[in-house]
This record gives sequence, structure tokens and C-alpha cells, in this order.
Amino acid sequence: MGLLQNLKDSISRAVDGLFTADEPKRIGIYGPPNAGKTTLANRIARDWTGDAVGPESHIPHETRRARRKENVEIERDGRTVTIDIVDTPGVTTKVDYTEFLEHDMDKDDAVRRSREATEGVAEAMHWLREDVDGVIYVLDSTTDPFTQVNTMLIGIIESQDLPVLILANKTDLEESNVKQIANAFPQHETIPLSALEGENMDEVYTNIAEYFG
Amino acid sequence: MPSATSNPDGADDPTDGVRIDMISGARMEGLTGMEKIRLILDGVRDGNIVILEQGLSPDEESKLIEVTMTEISPDDFTGIEIETYPNPDAGNRGLLDKLMGRESTQKLTVIGPANRIETLHKDENLISTLVSRT
Repeated sequence: MGLLQNLKDSISRAVDGLFTADEPKRIGIYGPPNAGKTTLANRIARDWTGDAVGPESHIPHETRRARRKENVEIERDGRTVTIDIVDTPGVTTKVDYTEFLEHDMDKDDAVRRSREATEGVAEAMHWLREDVDGVIYVLDSTTDPFTQVNTMLIGIIESQDLPVLILANKTDLEESNVKQIANAFPQHETIPLSALEGENMDEVYTNIAEYFG
Repeated sequence: MPSATSNPDGADDPTDGVRIDMISGARMEGLTGMEKIRLILDGVRDGNIVILEQGLSPDEESKLIEVTMTEISPDDFTGIEIETYPNPDAGNRGLLDKLMGRESTQKLTVIGPANRIETLHKDENLISTLVSRT
């Protein structure tokens, strides 16, 4: 019964894909907190639409709601790829409001931010299971990629057969170590970039067009 | 079947040490996804370390994160620390496995309260964690 249901679900997904092929694909920007997801989303949106997606901050969990920028048209090699960008809250397995107190917040603000952050993470997981067609996974190349959140999220993405691009962000920083990220996820292509400085965005856009077009 | 979170001796005082529940694959096999998540979170919220012989599927891990987020509350529960080895075969499932939704969950998994378990080192072959009593 379980096998038949799985087979039915697989066929249903394939048929759905056929009938929605012309609609813009929803590409979720995922990763741990402070990896630079919103900075990247803003960079892409500004480069191709002129608008931003949301505010950027060095304080963790600045993005606490998934934000979608629709109909981003990326031109590559004479053709246009249209995608919706979904900037998601950073995924984590823990949120402690006391960590926000270190960023000059009073307790009420810190508790409110932590509550919103937990809702945002749950929302991000729901989007990943139900509502995205591909994933841009953003990692801070100055930090260790061998974390459980990264391992689990990449596993979840792979289990759903979603196309995924891994971006090693913050290459403008001296401590950046792109090779470490490539070694952590050798089954996927890793592209270095600085979303903040706009470095290597050409390669990023070429790969977005190739993977999600 | 006795609950993994009950203590038949009544010796539940967390100051005595750290309680570890090692749950076999056979024990988890008969449970639904939500029952597994409840079993894990009930144990972790009691301050225990839960070790799963066979781990969770990616979909169950996704739901574990989601349910954990809904249970976090200030000054009470700050979430979980969870550790498994990266799965080197994850990207190499066969076509039939994908078609049938078969996923390998053969991975030892350690889960504990975020305020009591800290990862010291992790790579493909070694996970080193520090567990505190309080």
C-alpha cells in the first residue's frame, strides 16, 4: 500500500510539473542565520528588477517571515529565465532570546524577536516541503559548514529531488574558505561569491539560469 | 511497552547525572512520524539525551525542526541540539529508490536540549559533544 501510494505521489508530481512548466519557478534562498541570504536576495532583485526584497542586518534572525519577489527575469546567453525568489528566515534548531540581549535589545524586544524567529523557521520549513521548486543554499564561507542544520537541510532538499545550488558567500572576507564548503558537500556544485560586494555574480546568474531555467 | 521517558526507579533527579535514552530501530519502526517526534521531544524536554539507533528520515527531520520551533518558550525550552553524520550516499539514490520514496535512515542520531549539549567538533567521521548536567 505504501509503495503504491509513493508511486502515485511520484506520478502526480511529474504530471503537476508538466502542467506548470511555463509558470515562474519558486526558488527558495535557504541557509543558516547570518549567511547573507537577504543580502543575496536583494542583490539579485536589484540587479534585475531595481527593487530590494527586505532589510539586511548583522543581528541574527533579521528575516522572520518568508518574502517572495515575483517575476525576476534573468537574461543569460540570449534567453530569459523568469523565477520567483523566496527569501527565507535562517534555519536553526534552537532560539535563545538571551542572545539578542547582546545586541542592545531589552528583554521584551528580545523575547518578541525570538518568538517571531521561531515562527519564521517553522514557516521556512513548510515552504521547503510544500512550495519551492528549487533551492539556492547560502553558506558563510568564513564558518564551519559541518553543522547539523546544514547536513539536515541538504538531506531534506535532496530527498525531495529539488535542484540545489550551493553558494559560498562572504568571499570578500579574509577568513573565507570556499574549499571547506566544497569538501563538505562534494555532491553539489559550490559557487563562491560576495553578495555584499557583488563579486562573481555573473557565474551565479549563469548557474541560476542553467539549474532553474 | 514502557515509555522511553518514564523512570521505573523514580530516580529522576537531574542533579544525579545525565540520563541517556538509547532507542532501537525496532522500537521506532512501528511508530508514525509524529509519534517519533513526540517521543524525542518529550525526552529532550525532560532534560534527557536521546540516541536513535537508526535516525529519522529527511521528512521527519524537517517536521522535528518545525515542531521544535513551536515549543520553544523563553526561560523554559530553547530548542534542541541534534547530531548525525553527513550521509555520503544521499545524492546517489537509485531511480527506483526515488520513485518509491525509499530513503536511508541508517544513521546514529544524538538529540538533546540545546542548553545542555554542545558540539565541540564534527566532521564526516567524528562527532564530539560536551553534555552538561544543567
